[in-house]
Amino acid sequence: MNGSSAHPVPLDQLPEECWASVVDVLVPINNRDRGLVLRLVELGFVPGERVCVVAVGRPGREPLAVRVGHTTFALRRHEASFIRVILQP
Amino acid sequence: MAVATFALPARIALLGNPNCGKTALFNLLTGSRQKVANYAGVTVERKEGTLHTAEGRRVFVLDLPGAYSLNALSHDEAMTRDVITGQSSEALPDLLVCVTDATNLRLHLRMVLEARQLGLPMVVVLNKMDRARKFGIAIDEEGLSNALGVPVLSTVSVHAHGADALRAFLDRPVEATIPVPWSAPKLEQVLATQQEAQRIYQQTVTEPAVDKDPSDRIDRVLMHPFWGFVILALVLFTTFVAVFTLGGRLTDFIETGTGALGGLLMDHMAEGPLRGLLVEGVIGGVGSVLAFLPQILILFLFILALEASGYLPRAAFLLDRPMSKAGLSGRSFIPLLSSFACAIPGIMATRTIVNWRDRLTTILIAPLMACSARIPVYTLLIAALFPDQPVSGALVMVGLYTLGIVAAMAVAWVIKRSSGDRSRSPLLMELPAYQWPDLRSLVIGLYERAMIFIRRVGTVILALTIVMWALCTIPSPRSTTEGTPIARSLAGEVGHALQHVFAPIGFNAEISIALVPGMAAREVVVSSLGTVYAINGDPGDVENRLRERIATEWSLATKLSLLLWLVFAPQCLSTFVAVKRETGSWRTMWIMGGYLFGLAYLASLITYQLTTAITSL
Repeated sequence: MNGSSAHPVPLDQLPEECWASVVDVLVPINNRDRGLVLRLVELGFVPGERVCVVAVGRPGREPLAVRVGHTTFALRRHEASFIRVILQP
Repeated sequence: MAVATFALPARIALLGNPNCGKTALFNLLTGSRQKVANYAGVTVERKEGTLHTAEGRRVFVLDLPGAYSLNALSHDEAMTRDVITGQSSEALPDLLVCVTDATNLRLHLRMVLEARQLGLPMVVVLNKMDRARKFGIAIDEEGLSNALGVPVLSTVSVHAHGADALRAFLDRPVEATIPVPWSAPKLEQVLATQQEAQRIYQQTVTEPAVDKDPSDRIDRVLMHPFWGFVILALVLFTTFVAVFTLGGRLTDFIETGTGALGGLLMDHMAEGPLRGLLVEGVIGGVGSVLAFLPQILILFLFILALEASGYLPRAAFLLDRPMSKAGLSGRSFIPLLSSFACAIPGIMATRTIVNWRDRLTTILIAPLMACSARIPVYTLLIAALFPDQPVSGALVMVGLYTLGIVAAMAVAWVIKRSSGDRSRSPLLMELPAYQWPDLRSLVIGLYERAMIFIRRVGTVILALTIVMWALCTIPSPRSTTEGTPIARSLAGEVGHALQHVFAPIGFNAEISIALVPGMAAREVVVSSLGTVYAINGDPGDVENRLRERIATEWSLATKLSLLLWLVFAPQCLSTFVAVKRETGSWRTMWIMGGYLFGLAYLASLITYQLTTAITSL
């Protein structure tokens, strides 16, 4: 087993085409971001859920297309950074 | 002890996530018995209709705006929340129909649980049941109903009888309940609701080991950083080729029809002002405008089909990064694409842009996208500039479209710069599973957009053509007997006065006159020029003879200057009305008119003076 895969990483740093599962959701300080993160949780970014980055915009990996459950959402890296995931073996 | 009261539902509301097929279900239930308007005081679309139950009872249906949550992030979602929590002027529904996508129940169950807390009588509808079966997803409806404590039905909104279960359900009485006040949930509550949704999902839904939805495989090609753009370019190219070739052919057909009608009146009516008004004013003017309805409809058919298939959000994703260079996001793509058909539905489509500054910028630049109404006058001028050179003509046409896009991006960039706001707006956009568009919804969507255009033809454009005809026919009180009839008319007087403004950009009196009604509706520029040049005959013939006169009488500098003017100038009263309505601000409307006029005048001035200088060398 790869030791580094056990560390949670922010969703925006997850490589493409790799399945990972959500570990936790960070609560942002500013109000606007808090509303956004709450929405991400409502859309299914909850601990235990499997996610995968299916496409990215270029250059700069912005935006991200993230598969969660049966849906794909386009997110900015900023929003995605509040979701921490762990790579699935 | 209170006795429970039961009554047949007379008023129902459809609640559901965006992309759950709610609108297709609404279209199936109500057919043509629907009305689209706005909620009182806000620019949120309100769709209502009536349906017939299995026993033939009429029931009022409200199709609420799609919402992911009652914890609203957009105006649409806030409206939905207000209606079902009794905080709006709308009456509370007797029954809440919670529509879910059977292929995506994991996401939609949370909304069901949230809505259930409101205490309203409720039924859950599993929509797109045919797709769920095709993908091998099995749902235990009875188990789901027991777990949720509300009835569960399934529907297929693309089949004629797909909603029969719901129609039958509406003939059963529902128990009147007392609504529970709603308060915004905290993160912990949202997580708890999600856990419950997950638990119910695992108990009642069986998925196949391998996902049978091909969306991920299609995305690997369509969202590829290279091939994705190649395919997008091909899709847009095909769309515009269809507009010009197929649309052009249908346009010829309509022109022949209106020409024949005009000829019929010429033959059977006595000569006089009434015949002149009907033939030259009404049939000539309105007919030449109606003639490019096919082009608008073909463009909208492509846009609606691409949107319903799930492709357009992907295109918006691909274009997000390039558009960010101009300070916009991918969310502006669909409104701007619609503006190529007509700016008004384009401006209305900006409602999906949550960020206000992005939305305002998109509204301000929407008129720079060359709408279909510009095609006839572009065609006329290009034909006069490059007679019998179809390739050069087509290239100039592409150039004019490109110029509009480039100018729009530049204006957006300037707005972004001057506002000093460098922050990026959130995207948070669903890329729904690919599916075949529902034919019924396509037809209804197309009809709604056609009506926006036809209503303008019946009001603004009809009035303008009549006024224009009258101005050109009624002699000026100060007239002498010299000159052409037009020079002696009231319109001649106006044109003379306008010369002070338009002479520096090379417009003669005839063009100046034709531009006045053209500022209210650009569709009438060609027919106005025809009226001004007093060329009587059927519309097709007017254009041929106009082209010859333009080719011989106008200088190259004037022709180019007018082309540039038409790319930028504000030329549509209805767009102004739409901007005022959507932004609620007269100031925004005048800013838009002012900058478009300034840009047009500047572009024409430079073009005219430069071309004159070069050609006189």
